[in-house]
Amino acid sequence: MNSKIAKAIRDSKAYLCMECGKCTGTCPVSRYNHGYSPRILVNKAIRSGNHDLLKDKNIWACLTCKLCDERCPAAIEYIDLTLTTRLEAKKIGEGALCSHGGAAQSLMRIMTTPELEQKRLDWIDNDLKTTQQGDVLYFVGCMPYFDILFSDIKVNTLQAARASVKILNKLGITPVVLPQERCCGHDLLWSGDMENFEKLARHNIEEITKSGAKRIVFSCPEGYRTFKIDYPRYFGTHFRVEHITETIARAISNGELKMKNLEKVVTFQDPCRLGRHLRIYDEPRKAITSVPGLQLNEMARSRQRAICCGVSAWMSCSTYSKSIQRARLTEAKETGADLFVLSCPKCEIHFQCAMSDEKAGNDTRIETIQLVTLIADALEDG
Amino acid sequence: MRQGDKKSGDSTIMPNSKNTVTQQSRDKTTGFEPKIVAFCCNWCSYPAADGAGVARLQYPTNIKIVRVMCGGRVTPSFVLKAFELGADGVLVATCHFEDCHYMFGARKAADVHKITERLTAMLGIEKERLKLDWISSAEASKFARVAKEFTETIRKLGPSAIKKSPYATDEIIENE
Repeated sequence: MNSKIAKAIRDSKAYLCMECGKCTGTCPVSRYNHGYSPRILVNKAIRSGNHDLLKDKNIWACLTCKLCDERCPAAIEYIDLTLTTRLEAKKIGEGALCSHGGAAQSLMRIMTTPELEQKRLDWIDNDLKTTQQGDVLYFVGCMPYFDILFSDIKVNTLQAARASVKILNKLGITPVVLPQERCCGHDLLWSGDMENFEKLARHNIEEITKSGAKRIVFSCPEGYRTFKIDYPRYFGTHFRVEHITETIARAISNGELKMKNLEKVVTFQDPCRLGRHLRIYDEPRKAITSVPGLQLNEMARSRQRAICCGVSAWMSCSTYSKSIQRARLTEAKETGADLFVLSCPKCEIHFQCAMSDEKAGNDTRIETIQLVTLIADALEDG
Repeated sequence: MRQGDKKSGDSTIMPNSKNTVTQQSRDKTTGFEPKIVAFCCNWCSYPAADGAGVARLQYPTNIKIVRVMCGGRVTPSFVLKAFELGADGVLVATCHFEDCHYMFGARKAADVHKITERLTAMLGIEKERLKLDWISSAEASKFARVAKEFTETIRKLGPSAIKKSPYATDEIIENE
């Protein structure tokens, strides 16, 4: 057996699998794609070594949404096993089917070139205050690229970036925004490309260290997860990181943010990275409920039971993904909410894509807004 | 007897031939030879390139043609992949709007090209490295001219900053 897989089986406690099948029963992919089963993949890993496991196309179908880990009675960390499996599979030339022709992956790999002089700060409006050197850094992520790449489905993820800077400004913080920031590498890591993930990470670590920032604020949950879990694990970084919802929740507790009335009914989508990966459930809810007039109706499956937006790391997007998205949108609509509050740019892109389908019925059409945008709009002027 | 007509670069169309290696190593010592990927549509630009060959119009061998059924098929991923793998320039050549075999394909290509241009500009790739042109199947001489001009533009710009990035190896997992 491959020693890395063997170690991953030990670390993830996959050998404890009692074949109850709760993982497959709860998995949003298995619900629609009956050929995919986390239980069978765990069994393949512990029984037959890695021979046919690494060549199994199903290892790329996992959303790594961690819902199975939540339900597993043996507390197996399935997604950690998946990550190692993918890293090993990549070495023998296996790979996922990349969505959008691999455009997103190409963007990330191009960004590994250190000499590249990106022009990525056009989104910063004149009324937003940012700087090059300072204590607090706002990590934008790939949103400037997403808005161009997905301009056909009219996504505007950069609104969240503007809103984040606006809120930070309101709190008296002028955040550093790096002109040569790179993709955090989250998607490359989860698609098994460790080499390019490392290049991106090293570049980011160097740029951030140069800026002198002591605290990094994220509005993208994937970047946040990568900086909080993966960078320390692989590169031993010690950055103080936080999600913008944590900043907002703290500011609300301290009475630093004053909100105006907003008569709306909303529902909130827990992104898998922010929720199950990092256990941040209360802060976004605190932010929403602190706006007077705003009513939060929870979906049938929320918090640790929330369903993922259907695609991860720009790969294996399929009709199954669309089914997951439509089911989730229907669930959101059933709460009677006028607004579907999201807090991940990818959730926005994926749901927007599902809704832009001509065949999508009205029961899946709901207006979406990013949480930070909602809060920024509710802020009292002055 | 007609070998004299052929220019030295002919061997580069066979990537595995020994000549290619010598050709490339010679380029390293004598100067920069741009690598250009051209996406040509099946109905206009590709026949134009073909016509240029039949008519023995010379154009630089730096242009490597990828035939696509329609210019509208060329998504940002095609162009980005070419740059990622080390292309110094990318040419997208389609039908004129009025001639498009699929009616709307050339217009779609132009729309998608705008998105690709914005992406490459944001990445910091010089805008001259990406070019969209409309070449009908009767315009063999235009193809040869565009190929020549584009190659010279890229030659002046010099090599692209992006170096081909290999896929994962187990280096840093070892260090863990």
